[in-house]
Amino acid sequence: MTDYKVLVVEDSPTMRQLIVFALKRIRGFQIVEANDGVDGLKKLSSEKFDLILTDINMPIMDGLKLVSMVRNDPHYKETPIVVITTEGATEDRERALALGANEYITKPIQTMKILETVKKLMNI
Amino acid sequence: MNHSDDDNNVSRADEFLQVFKKGAEFTQDLLKENERLRFRTVKLEEALKEHDLGCTDDGGASRVLRLKIEELEQEKEEILSRIKLVEEENQGFANRYVEIEEENNMLANLYIASYQLHSTLDFKEVLQIILEIVINLIGSEEFGVLLLDEKTNQLEPVASEGVETSELPSVAVGKGIIGESVKTGENYFIDSMEGYVRDFEKPIVCIPLKIKEHVIGVISIYKLLTQKNEFTSVDYELFTLLAGHAATAVFSSRMYSDSERKLSTIQGFIDLLTK
Repeated sequence: MTDYKVLVVEDSPTMRQLIVFALKRIRGFQIVEANDGVDGLKKLSSEKFDLILTDINMPIMDGLKLVSMVRNDPHYKETPIVVITTEGATEDRERALALGANEYITKPIQTMKILETVKKLMNI
Repeated sequence: MNHSDDDNNVSRADEFLQVFKKGAEFTQDLLKENERLRFRTVKLEEALKEHDLGCTDDGGASRVLRLKIEELEQEKEEILSRIKLVEEENQGFANRYVEIEEENNMLANLYIASYQLHSTLDFKEVLQIILEIVINLIGSEEFGVLLLDEKTNQLEPVASEGVETSELPSVAVGKGIIGESVKTGENYFIDSMEGYVRDFEKPIVCIPLKIKEHVIGVISIYKLLTQKNEFTSVDYELFTLLAGHAATAVFSSRMYSDSERKLSTIQGFIDLLTK
């Protein structure tokens, strides 16, 4: 299977570990972790990623800002972005999707849902 | 008798002889024809017999073919019923696979939650991990963590999410829903969340933090995330896990912090005495 580089941006170590643990079950995924939006941007500029998963509520730079900046970068115009958040309101979802996120998953975390979404986006 | 009579008689005899010869030839022909017809009759009979036999053979072949078709039809029915069985089995396996996947995911979540709870001896960090688990894994929006002060027998709020910790009231053991849950060590779940209005003394869920039968505190939940309408089986598992692992993590980190503080004080004294 082709190797894919995945960036997980989440400030909570517990949640980050949960997401990483789930994603590691998909063969060929190389996962890089970031603590917040700024850390995520740094990692995005230093190497190329095939998929980005991000939380919204994070210190320093939130997930929505990150989504917007990633979409303005020509290198990441087509890269799938999945938002995983506690914000369940319709307007939050619409805002994230309007900024360029491909999928919006609400917490509590559902591993099956995350895996299904990621597989669908990556066509695997 | 005269000469002309004799001639006449000879002529008639010749005629008779001619007629007789013709009759003999005709008889010969008839006999030949008869022979030919008999031969033909025998041939036809034989042909007919062969034809009859041929018809009998075809009938046998048809019967054999009919039997074969019946056998194949039966075989087809058996194969179809087996395919149906296999399909049912496959469906069963698929359902089982989904169940195992869900169980697997639940175990992974529980493993990570417990791993994180025991990954540090920093009291504040342990409290933060408990908050993260309750927010992200259970899906609570407003809740508090209260720990038991054994000197006063009061539950004191130490951490919260969605509400200020200072807003949460102290609760006496045995008093109200929270106090009763701590006293009995039993989890409490509200009967129906419909029309519930937040009341710090009447949470929707109470999870006593227990080390075996010894209760050291409680998590009281007042509001779930908007997208979360009800508790799932994994929530109850998490509640049970939290009750045990969070309690030991809180207890050991608090003890460690206390001992660190005491050690630091003693070290200060020693430094003072030895200088």
